[in-house]
Amino acid sequence: MPRIVVDVMPKPEILDPQGKAIVGALPRLGFTAFSSVRQGKRFELTVDGEVTEEILAQARNAAETLLSNPVIEDVVNVEVVEA
Amino acid sequence: MTELPLIGGAAPVAADTPGARKLAGAKIGVVTFPGTLDDRDAVRAVRLAGATPVALWHADTTLGDVDAVIIPGGFSYGDYLRAGAISRFAPLMAKVIDAANSEARLPVLGICNGFQILTESHLLPGSMIKNDHLKFLCRDQVLRVENNTTDWTRDYAPGQEITVPLKNQDGQYIADEKTLDALEAEGRVVFRYVGWNPNGSRRDIAGISNAAGNVVGLMPHPEHAVETGFGPETGTGTEGLGFFTSVLNKIVGDNK
Repeated sequence: MPRIVVDVMPKPEILDPQGKAIVGALPRLGFTAFSSVRQGKRFELTVDGEVTEEILAQARNAAETLLSNPVIEDVVNVEVVEA
Repeated sequence: MTELPLIGGAAPVAADTPGARKLAGAKIGVVTFPGTLDDRDAVRAVRLAGATPVALWHADTTLGDVDAVIIPGGFSYGDYLRAGAISRFAPLMAKVIDAANSEARLPVLGICNGFQILTESHLLPGSMIKNDHLKFLCRDQVLRVENNTTDWTRDYAPGQEITVPLKNQDGQYIADEKTLDALEAEGRVVFRYVGWNPNGSRRDIAGISNAAGNVVGLMPHPEHAVETGFGPETGTGTEGLGFFTSVLNKIVGDNK
């Protein structure tokens, strides 16, 4: 079953408090190579049947209207993944 | 007011006078979503102010004949996706949005999660993200009333400081600089945090309004500060009641 993957990230200019907490915890476990972490969201939309252009357009529309809030987030990727 | 029963339904203020009957004729809807917590408190606040509360359900497709709507706090849909994001698309919200933007300018108040729902609905600009310190915070909070001309603040004095409870995790108000400047210039910053900023909100903003002043949203909880002995220990403990009497005065005044 094909899936459409949508990736959403907090806008670059918006402080990501969760990412900040994670980057603070990494060195405590010995992971010292990372200077910054930003946490986003990945959505997987399963499609029954073929992914047409129309269905992909629907996914893009859903990504902009429901899956992300354009005030604080960017949709950084919408792609089809064949299972 | 202290004579009211504290459990169960409170009777309207000063039960049977012409004035009280007129107030009780004002109907204020309180919306319940799956995961709403503070709808009962909002209903009680409406009743204590003298109006008649009307329970509304998120799946309803009509607002009936309510004169104002309160979207209360809580964790609708468990804050899944983003706080308020799923509730924003509830059938009743389409009606609330239309009524708020209509000629009649239905007064709408969003408290906490209700404020988040109003920003997700684009009735109010900006958004809320996690508190800058990442913790859930519950405390009594001092606010300054920056604009006392909205439908929900007309009973307060300009610059009046009130103490009401604050309790949230995603309370950090953010918007881009241009939006913030416009809000300030148009007097749409309705409440600011006083003393300290509890969540990193831009410019200490605790609540805002739309351009017409009929839609107001804020993170703190006026509905938890309406009854002596059950509100904040500082101040009178009832400093949130002004929200509900404000809209009531607006409704009754308009129907003269």
